[in-house]
Amino acid sequence: MELIFEKSRPGRTATTIPEADVPEVAITDIINKSLLRDDVDLPEVAEVDLIRHYTQLSKRNFGVDVGFYPLGSCTMKYNPKINEEVSRLPGFTSLHPYSPVKFSQGSLQIMYELRQYLSEIFGMADFALQPAAGAQGELTGVMVIKKYFEKKGQKRTKILIPDTAHGTNPASSALCGYSVVTVRSNAEGGVDIGQLRELMTKDVAGLMITNPNTLGLFERNIEQVSEIVHRRGGILYCDGANANAFMGATKPGDLGIDVIQLNLHKTFSTPHGCGGPGSGPVGVRKDLVRHLPVPRVIKKGKRYDWKYEFPDSIGRVKTFYGNFNVMVKAYTYIRSLGPGGLKKASETAVLNANYIKERLRAWYDLPYDRICMHECVFSGKRQVKESGVHTSDIAKRLLDYGYHPPTIYFPLIVPEAIMIEPNETESKETLDAFCDTMIAIAKEAKENPELVKSAPLTTVVRRLDEVKAAREPDVCWGRV
Amino acid sequence: MDYVPHTPEDQRQMTEIIGIKTVDELFADIPERYKLKGLLDLPPGRSEQEVATLMKGISSRNAVPPITLMGAGAYNHYIPAVVGHVISRSEFYTAYTPYQAEISQGILQAIYEYQTMIAKATGMQVANASMYDGASAMAEAAVLAAKTLSREKIVIVRSVHPEYRQVVGTYAWANGYEVVEIPYGKSGQLDRDALSNAVDDRTAAVLIQTPNFFGVVEDIAAIEPMVHAKGALLVSAFTEATSLGILKPAGEMGADFVVGEGQGFGNPMNYGGPYLGIFASTDKFLRKIPGRLAGATVDKEGKRGFVLTLQTREQHIRRERATSNICSNEALCALAAAVYLVSLGKNLKKLAELNIRKAHYLKSRLSELAGWEAVFTAPVYNEFVIHCPDPKMANRKLEAAGIIGAYDLEKDYPELGNSLLFCATEMLTRDDIDRVVSLVA
Repeated sequence: MELIFEKSRPGRTATTIPEADVPEVAITDIINKSLLRDDVDLPEVAEVDLIRHYTQLSKRNFGVDVGFYPLGSCTMKYNPKINEEVSRLPGFTSLHPYSPVKFSQGSLQIMYELRQYLSEIFGMADFALQPAAGAQGELTGVMVIKKYFEKKGQKRTKILIPDTAHGTNPASSALCGYSVVTVRSNAEGGVDIGQLRELMTKDVAGLMITNPNTLGLFERNIEQVSEIVHRRGGILYCDGANANAFMGATKPGDLGIDVIQLNLHKTFSTPHGCGGPGSGPVGVRKDLVRHLPVPRVIKKGKRYDWKYEFPDSIGRVKTFYGNFNVMVKAYTYIRSLGPGGLKKASETAVLNANYIKERLRAWYDLPYDRICMHECVFSGKRQVKESGVHTSDIAKRLLDYGYHPPTIYFPLIVPEAIMIEPNETESKETLDAFCDTMIAIAKEAKENPELVKSAPLTTVVRRLDEVKAAREPDVCWGRV
Repeated sequence: MDYVPHTPEDQRQMTEIIGIKTVDELFADIPERYKLKGLLDLPPGRSEQEVATLMKGISSRNAVPPITLMGAGAYNHYIPAVVGHVISRSEFYTAYTPYQAEISQGILQAIYEYQTMIAKATGMQVANASMYDGASAMAEAAVLAAKTLSREKIVIVRSVHPEYRQVVGTYAWANGYEVVEIPYGKSGQLDRDALSNAVDDRTAAVLIQTPNFFGVVEDIAAIEPMVHAKGALLVSAFTEATSLGILKPAGEMGADFVVGEGQGFGNPMNYGGPYLGIFASTDKFLRKIPGRLAGATVDKEGKRGFVLTLQTREQHIRRERATSNICSNEALCALAAAVYLVSLGKNLKKLAELNIRKAHYLKSRLSELAGWEAVFTAPVYNEFVIHCPDPKMANRKLEAAGIIGAYDLEKDYPELGNSLLFCATEMLTRDDIDRVVSLVA
């Protein structure tokens, strides 16, 4: 398909700018010519060309509204349309962030109440909504830990991270100056308690776990983990990427979690927008609240206001107050579902994952064979051994059948990993059709491996040359 | 409303296949004493109609002003109808990061085109697929400079947006870097003597903003040699993206990184977010910059296609050795910016000129009032600082008329007491401006 630049014709335009109704002063009388530029070389197209271009592009894109999207650890649940509709109300979209608080009571109410709801759901003392995404939430959470020890006058230099963790965990820790020590998993997929006990020394700031972890397994020994970390004065951090597994079933705060970051764009159904915007609130236990980012919404009587003065805060991680419009959608979602709906959502997410696990267990290797939470992780080892078909081939073959593939090759400790997260919003028919397809592909891998290896056959492009893309980078048109 | 499609019969069949009697058995790994017995203490769930009414009610507690005189990092611009139309296509907004390139060619091509337009607008060779916002883009550029040069001092000008300075301060503290602030001069541009004194061979980066927080356009060509003479890197930021339509881009004047806030390109003010972090650099940093990059390549039949590329820079591969932890970005906001830029095309310059003229008219009219006087002499884009007898009274009068007033500089710049930062975009008509002037007179 042509690029928008290739469709450009000099002199065309998709917009007109109003004529100036103020005196026509020469621009060079206001700004020295040496500080001015020529035109920016942007595409010139008519409005209809613009719309057709982007409509064609959209047809080359797969979203949850197009089909089943069991991308593990990403919680690609259906995004209710009412959330989109209310988030576009002018009262929410048109307000300047520095509007006087008397003009922004509605926005402040949403942020204040959303913090309360999240605190109740996760059993934390309070939340900060400023981080823009999960990874920034992690960074903020680790900064809170750093500030906590700084204020206590303790120098701790390491953070422990299990080998199943998302890559953002070690990266976020390193950005706070911590060295990262990996804790291995035990035979049943949990934290190796013996090794944790050994590694949890006085110079360790804390442990960053994901619970349920990226194998989709709940940490059975969470009480022991919490006890070991806390006895040495450490902080127990939970990556809440997988929070869709336990809403209304248990509270991280009760389990001994001191800091947790969430992903509103996963658990609370706000759409992911091809990569963002997200929103990554951070929740903490009571004595850590004073370290959260500023400013914070406070309530005086019936009026909401901003408060900036928190001397022990880590400071600010983002301009203004966070991704407010994403919060509107998450707030709407919580108000729609209520406590019963949230519980049912998590229960059904777990039911669906276990159903897929049962239906596929005869066809793919199951490295950790126990009850899973909201996702299940298979291995394509058998297919590699039997016919040389790799997990990446299976994923590409799923494209031909109209599915977004699961997350593959993660977690790293499972060879040829296939990580399936079906979500609660999918019907039994959808799950059955997907399982039938996975079984059909397993059969194809045996009977006609070349077919699977040559997939996808039906997409707008075939497999792309990623090596060429990296060796001869072309990230800007017209520069190669 | 819970969006769960299962009927009781579905559930019965599924539990039977799993081999359990109740769904509760699936939660057996949670220690019994930590299982919640009752329901969470939250407002009860509601029907869609009730929720719609509730949310309309809350939104009406916000007052959408007919006139906004506030800029200071977020800008009120007209957004062409095509922008909302394109980003409302759910093939885009309900997709995840384009890991599976063959079914994500739409967004990958759109991001490749976005990167190209941003590179052209900033005068740089490379732009990434987006960061969270302008401030975090600036902070990440500073961290990258420090890590690349193994230097731990960051120099920042006081005329950089106060919240950007705070974010840079937070990131620098976490990494153990020193931040040195240098003053602006009488003209409103940075103090070159102070810059030359502050930059030494320990300096990793110099962080400036143009137009700066006061709307003043900096002379980057004059600054650049002072930074590079000591081997430091120059990070030039902007908070008002539309200024790129007319001001000579920092990339053409020797900046190593151009970062900034892309909200002005087709994204609503949204009470502060989501916005769009723009991050551009010279070729030299292509393999080091943070964030996603879409790249062109070919498929096995030689057909052009796009992929996420140079991923070995990123956290999911490099883990603790990555220079950034960014994963999710602001892709949909970048798409909005791309559509906005295509929609405007060559008219981006005309729009920028209109902003300059509106601000110039407002500034001239306010300067006619007794006791009102522009504070800085250097040229400005669509914002300016003006000294006035009683800024709080002026804003109170505007607010009483339902107008969002100007930014009161007292809190962040006590040395500029009794000064307001006004912004005028294309959204203000001459009548609006005349009305504002008569209200504060």
